[in-house]
Amino acid sequence: MGNSVLVFAEVKDGRVKKVALEMLSEGKKMAEKLGGDLSAVLMGSGIESLAEQLGQYGADKVYVADNEVLKDYTCDAYAKVMADLIKANEPAIVLYGATILGKDLSPRVAARVETGLASDCTDIGLDDDGKFTATRPMFAGKAYVDLSFTDSKPNMASVRPNALPVSPPDESKKAEVVKVDVNISPDDIRTTVKEVMKTAGEKPDLTEAEVIVSGGRGMKGPENFKLIEDLADVLGATVGASRAAVDAGWRTVDDQVGQTGKVVSPNLYIACGISGAIQHLAGMSTSKYIVAVNKDSEAPIFQKADYGIVDDLLKVVPVLTEEIKKLKAEG
Amino acid sequence: MNIIVCIKQVPDPEIPPVKFQIDPEGKKVIPPDGVTPVISVFDERAVEAALKLKDKYKAKVTALTLGPDSAKAVIRHALAMGVDAGVHIQYEAAGELDSFGTAHVLMKAIEKIGDYSLVLCGRQAADWDAGQVGLLIAENLGIPVVTVAKKVDLQDDKLRVESVIQDGYHVMEVSMPALVTVSSEIGLSRLPTGIGIVKAARVKIENLSVEDIGADIPEARCTELIKLYVPVRDIQCQIIEADTVQESAEELAVRLREAKII
Ligand SMILES: Cc1cc2nc3c(=O)[nH]c(=O)nc-3n(C[C@H](O)[C@H](O)[C@H](O)COP(=O)(O)OP(=O)(O)OC[C@H]3O[C@@H](n4cnc5c(N)ncnc54)[C@H](O)[C@@H]3O)c2cc1C
Repeated sequence: MGNSVLVFAEVKDGRVKKVALEMLSEGKKMAEKLGGDLSAVLMGSGIESLAEQLGQYGADKVYVADNEVLKDYTCDAYAKVMADLIKANEPAIVLYGATILGKDLSPRVAARVETGLASDCTDIGLDDDGKFTATRPMFAGKAYVDLSFTDSKPNMASVRPNALPVSPPDESKKAEVVKVDVNISPDDIRTTVKEVMKTAGEKPDLTEAEVIVSGGRGMKGPENFKLIEDLADVLGATVGASRAAVDAGWRTVDDQVGQTGKVVSPNLYIACGISGAIQHLAGMSTSKYIVAVNKDSEAPIFQKADYGIVDDLLKVVPVLTEEIKKLKAEG
Repeated sequence: MNIIVCIKQVPDPEIPPVKFQIDPEGKKVIPPDGVTPVISVFDERAVEAALKLKDKYKAKVTALTLGPDSAKAVIRHALAMGVDAGVHIQYEAAGELDSFGTAHVLMKAIEKIGDYSLVLCGRQAADWDAGQVGLLIAENLGIPVVTVAKKVDLQDDKLRVESVIQDGYHVMEVSMPALVTVSSEIGLSRLPTGIGIVKAARVKIENLSVEDIGADIPEARCTELIKLYVPVRDIQCQIIEADTVQESAEELAVRLREAKII
């Protein structure tokens, strides 16, 4: 078995996802410790030019599987390319982003190469003996586990977006590009994508957003979400909601954060008129910074928050938006 | 058509954090006193998805669980919701299996039940949140899989599944047999009815051991638990107080800027 680290670099709308750069940054450190190289995999159609960026972020080698059949993601095709690549190159560690796609792909690859997988990790690294370890939340974040791997190789993990820091790129660094032969017959693909329905806007998806502004029952009605959207706009944030706001029909279920909604991990989470029920906290408590605006000083959200204002959000939020706009304008 | 739904019993995720306790030495969650374990929420939605198909087409739905003696309760729950049959693979140490072990046993059980067109699982279990078992079962059975379904229906002799993607959903067509993992977007699960509960009590749950189904509990786990712990968030909330809303909002913006958060 080798001592290299392999990162699956997910592409969306012609761009490499940030989580891939996060994994490359951490992967680089691990590869150095292991004395192996760091490689990345690109899959899709017309994506070869993206290899350059991966090199700048630390990849020594980029495997490019560029083929029309890989244009739209299908688990069967992607899993086959990935499993073949792993079997041929025998990396020590393989990393995936814990995105919807990554969570669909990684267990399948794990089954095909018969190895273990730690899913949805919030941290990864090597211990003093050079053994790969992964940290992941369970019970919706009520507990955490540190996992290591038995002898099965490679060690695989999917890593939650925004969990790892990105190191600055080195513009002078170039990766070696290795073209991958794609041998996929139509029989290999057993699921057909009939239609692609887009329901989300231009904003980054909640699960990958760096800043989220969420509203709950305290918003009082759908019209007041305009305040949240304005604040989100100045911050470049994505709008989220509590289940109470979704159940009331003010927001769609796509926006729901929590145990039965999306699990998010932004740098900054601003909760407006959200009490902080355990099921909501389950979805956002790993946020780096939490700000709460709630008129009830006893609301449980304040126990998780770094900053809070106890007042009427309908008054606070517009002022906050203006103040942040001013600060941003000052640079 | 025959549908098999895999369901899991988990400690009630609704319990408040104060009641949530772990045994760090034994690396186990201590079942909270007086709180009955429940069917994992996404699995309950998977049962709902199966019953929606049964409402519309002719289908026989079998609920399958792997777990200790107490896990029978989730089969009873599914029966009361309206499924037709229940199979319980009784294994007291089920909690110690990793995703691979669990998927292996369930795969064997599904083969034993046989003659299925569709296997449904929850998107992930509400205890370990790993989201692997469904995919691993499909891979072991050699059947196609679609994950995170918000709608499951038939079209001609194929499955038509709406599967959630990052910015919307895919409409997928899959031939059967297939496995689908179900998400909460499928809609609320029906509640067991009085008649359902009475009927459920009369159904004999098939009780099998891992030996009965020819599963060989994999000796080697792929992953090992080093440590289990409850996270501490050591922060004191800075409540921003000022005379006017204007001032407090201004102060918050300034503090966020000073801390380089925005
Ligand atoms: C199985 C299950 C799964 C669940 N899953 C989820 C989930 O995924 N996500 C989720 O969010 N919930 C979930 N819930 C629901 C959860 O228990 C709570 O009911 C929900 O999160 C409450 O939403 P909320 O905080 O918006 O509303 P509330 O709890 O009603 O809180 C509203 C808050 O707004 C404040 N407020 C009111 N007016 C103002 C004002 N003018 N200015 C400032 N503050 C104001 C109030 O003080 C209060 O704290 C789930 C529940 C169950 C049983």
